[in-house]
This record gives sequence, structure tokens and C-alpha cells, in this order.
Amino acid sequence: MKQKIFVSLILLFFAYSMFIYTQSESKSNHATSDVEAGKSIWQQNNCVACHQIYGLGGFLGPDLTNVHSAKLKGPEYIKAFVRNGTGVMPAFDLSETELNQLVSFFEHIDASGKSDPKNFRRNLDGTIELN
Amino acid sequence: MNSTKPDVPKWLILSGLVLLITGMLFGLVGSFQYIFPGLFKQYLSFEKIRPLHVSSVVFWILFAATGSVLAYLQEHTKRKLFAGKASSLQLKLFVLAVVLILSSYVLGKFGGREYWEFPPPLALILAAGWILFIIQVAGSVKTLKQQPVYIWMWLTGAFGFLFTFTESYLWVFSYFNKDIVRDMTVQWKSYGSIVGSWNMLVYGVGMFLMEKISQDKSYSRSSMAFALYFLGLFNLMFNWSHHIYTLPVNPAIRHVGYLVSMTELFILGRIIYKWKSSVTAAQKNIHNLSYRFLVIADVWIFINLFLAILISIPAINVYTHGTHITVAHVMGTTIGINTMLLLAVAIDLLSDTCRSLKPYYPQIIRASWLANISLFVFLASLFVAGVERSRWQMSAQAEPFSQMMKGLAPYFIVFAIAGLMLFVSFSFIVFPLLKNTLSCFIQPRQRSIVEFKTAFDRVK
Repeated sequence: MKQKIFVSLILLFFAYSMFIYTQSESKSNHATSDVEAGKSIWQQNNCVACHQIYGLGGFLGPDLTNVHSAKLKGPEYIKAFVRNGTGVMPAFDLSETELNQLVSFFEHIDASGKSDPKNFRRNLDGTIELN
Repeated sequence: MNSTKPDVPKWLILSGLVLLITGMLFGLVGSFQYIFPGLFKQYLSFEKIRPLHVSSVVFWILFAATGSVLAYLQEHTKRKLFAGKASSLQLKLFVLAVVLILSSYVLGKFGGREYWEFPPPLALILAAGWILFIIQVAGSVKTLKQQPVYIWMWLTGAFGFLFTFTESYLWVFSYFNKDIVRDMTVQWKSYGSIVGSWNMLVYGVGMFLMEKISQDKSYSRSSMAFALYFLGLFNLMFNWSHHIYTLPVNPAIRHVGYLVSMTELFILGRIIYKWKSSVTAAQKNIHNLSYRFLVIADVWIFINLFLAILISIPAINVYTHGTHITVAHVMGTTIGINTMLLLAVAIDLLSDTCRSLKPYYPQIIRASWLANISLFVFLASLFVAGVERSRWQMSAQAEPFSQMMKGLAPYFIVFAIAGLMLFVSFSFIVFPLLKNTLSCFIQPRQRSIVEFKTAFDRVK
């Protein structure tokens, strides 16, 4: 009996994993080589230690999911912060090409959706729906 | 008293204890960077300190959990380990991985992802060590027939960790890496299950220790124990999507996570139902130092489970996600549950290595009180900071991020002071365990201050 329950759960787990692996975001939002290079820069400088994407990451800096399209922000704003740093954030010595790749990465994330929790409608049954 | 030098499982636990203290020290520096922005920015800025802290503490859990499983496996089977050299090699690979990983952080060499920020090739060393651990556990267990539930838990944790750890590296393949939402979904699916996997190891050793102290072998073979194990396994596999409720994913993923998380209400209800008998058992065994830590972990399990269920409700998660309430939950489980359970085991296994731990009991008991009070204040400050941040996130006309962070400064000060007290109290608990083991190599017998005082009082 125990073995049967165990095997059933394992099979269910693999089936669900396959379902997760094959889920895809909007087909129109393809990652280019610049986006992949930008993502690599994001990882190599461990930006996630301080910043969040979709609320996941560090807490010292702001969420950057939609920094590319946010009012009064955008590509030049991103570049200025990375180049110069702040009182808390160190300055990063990136070339213009690398900065552009990082900006492409942010543009790509921005196109995938909105991270603002205010966008969700909260239902009485505890579920949420994107407005 | 055991006068032999520590074996490999005990070395794993001892190395873990060193990592616990190291990790807390890094955490302390990190907490002060919240109060004094830019502190050590030139040498150890926050993007270095955070992974140093997190990885050290994660390795404390992995080292101590695997060491405890290997030690208790020998007690359970009443045999030596299946392949003694495999564990020795596991220890060496783990130590090598830790040295290289922590060095890479100090040098600013990253390339990985949150929680595994190190350059990806280093993960292979850790995985190789883990495969040796699996071989050792599976080889020593031999059969599942008539085995108590903790054997099932250890095997699940051992295999589950390897699978989910591998899954967390699927991003190296372009298919996953190119699709940001799929990539993040798989990343957090794996992280949720990784924690579930090491929890299987930790809760399993906790259960073994409880059985050892109570001398009652009936529970670990009961239908209830297996029902709870399968419920835990079910949650390990499917209860992770509360991390990604706000991602633009298929709504079915949210619904599955929400429904599965509600099954934890059964565990919560059972804790409440068994509360009275748990208190009676605690009063009976409280003189046992390891038992004390098991009871402490039980209280934190209740508090953290309650919080976990709340933040698994999507409509509440929208408010708590991305805030310090999530941090409070993570810290509560790793310190309050995992660390307390592993300390209970460490005290049990290291209490008679070359010297008795008994003279240190009063010190450890006092330190455990301080640790729990500090942990409560620590988590409460994070929780309140999280509520404030949540208000900011949900506000229609929010002030700038930096302004909001300035407003949280009082909570961060309390958090840092409580963190300092936690560090001090855990040091008082860990130090005797390390000192006693060190005495195996330095002096065969050396009296402690407490023993001197006792002897002096007797003469007087």
C-alpha cells in the first residue's frame, strides 16, 4: 500500500513537472542574444542580492521588473544608476555594450508582465485575478 | 563516555556548526548594512554579504542534516555504514565546495542565481558529494520492508534534494533561459521542493531522536506517522507556487498551490489537538537537553506553519509577497525549526565526545532562552517592517523607495540588535560542542570552569 501511494505521487509529480516545463509566456516576447547577455550580466554581478524581479530577490533595492517603462525612468535612468551607483549601491564598471545588453534584459522582463501587486483583484474565496 | 575521536558523521556536524556561526556573523554584517547604508561597500558590499550569509547557513543545514542521518543510520541498523570511505569523500567534497564557493563570493565571482549565486561549475562538486551520501544511505538501508517512517523520510530527502538541485540548474539550457516566466517558475518550483527535501532529512532525524529519548518505537511505525509523511511529500511536490503567485503564469498553477497548501491545515489542527499531551511529555523529559531543543522547535513549527498557511492564500500573498514578512517566514523556519532540531541532534551526538557536556548545561539552557527571546523580537521586527512595506506597495501614491526604506530604519535597528543577541546566544550553545571536540586533539582531559567551581564548593 505504502509503495503504491509513493509511486502514484512520484508519477503525478513528474506529470506536473512536465506541465510546468512546457508553460510559456507570450510568444511575441522572444529573448534575443542581447537579452541573454544582459541576463548573464545581471547574474554575474549578483544584482538579485538587492533587487527583485516580480517581488523575488533582495530587499535593499527596489523591484526592477518594470523599471524600463516606468514613468521618469527608462534606459538612460538604468544606465546612470549602474554607472554611478548610489550611497548604498556600488558603481559597476560596465562597457556601453554591456549596459545596452542589460537594458535589453530589462526591456524583455518589462514586456513579460506587470509586477505591481495592485494589479490583482482579490476575491473572497482567497483567489486572485489579474485586472 | 566516548573517548574516541569524532567519526565522519560527527565531523560533518562539527563543520556545520562552524558554518552556522560563520553564517550568522555574515548575517550580522548584512543587518548593519541596512542601518548604515554603504558600510564596507568597498570590500564586502551587500551583494557579497548576502550570499555569504545565505550559503553558509544553507550549508550548516546540509552538513548537519547529512551528518545526523549518517550517525543515526548506524544506530538504527546497529551496523557500520555501507561504505565508510564514501562518507569521508563526501565530507572532503563538501568542504572543498564550501571553501571555493565562499571564496568566489568574497572575490565577487558570481554567475549563478539567488541562493546558489556561485559559478555553476562549482555545483558539480556539491552534487558529487550528495551522490555519495545517497549511495551511503540507500546502501545502508538495504530494504524498505518494516522500516520506520524516518527511513522513508531520509531516502526521500536524499533523492529529492538531488533531483530538485539539478532542476534548479535547468536554466543553463536555452529552452528555459530564454523564457523569463518559465525560467522563474521552474527556479521557484525547484527551490520550494529543495527546502521540502532537506526538511525531510531534518524532521526525520528529529523524529529518530524523539524515539530514542522516549524509548517508544510505536509512533514511527504507525499509520498516522506514514499519513503525515505522505502529506509532507505531497506538499514537497506541489506546494511551492505561493512564491510565484504574482508572475504571469497559467492560473491553474496558482490554484493547485493554493489547494495543496490548505492540506497543511490538517497538520496545524493535529498540533492543536495534541497540545495537551505534548505539554505533558515535555514536562516529563525536559531535563534532557536535546529534548528541550525539540520542544522549542515544536513551538516554532506551530508559529511558522500558521504564517505559511496564511501567506499561501493568494489574496493575502498579494500583500506579503516581496516584503519582509516573507523573510520572517524564511528566517523563522531556518532558525526556529531547522536549527533548533539540528542543535538537538548535535547535543545528543556530541555530548560525550572526549569530554562531558554536562558542566555546560546551565550555560546552554540560559543561552537557549536568550536565543528564543531574541528570535521572537527578530521575527517581530521583520514582520512589522513587512507590514509597512506592504502598505507602501499597495498605496496608490507611494513615496519613493528610498523614503520608504528610511521609514523602516527603526525596525532594522531592532532587527540588527536582536540579530546580535541571536549570534551571541548561539555562540554560547555551539562553543562547548566545538571545544569538547577540540579537546580530543589537544588535551585528553581538561576541567571546565564549572567543574572547578563544583570541586571548590565541595572542598569548602
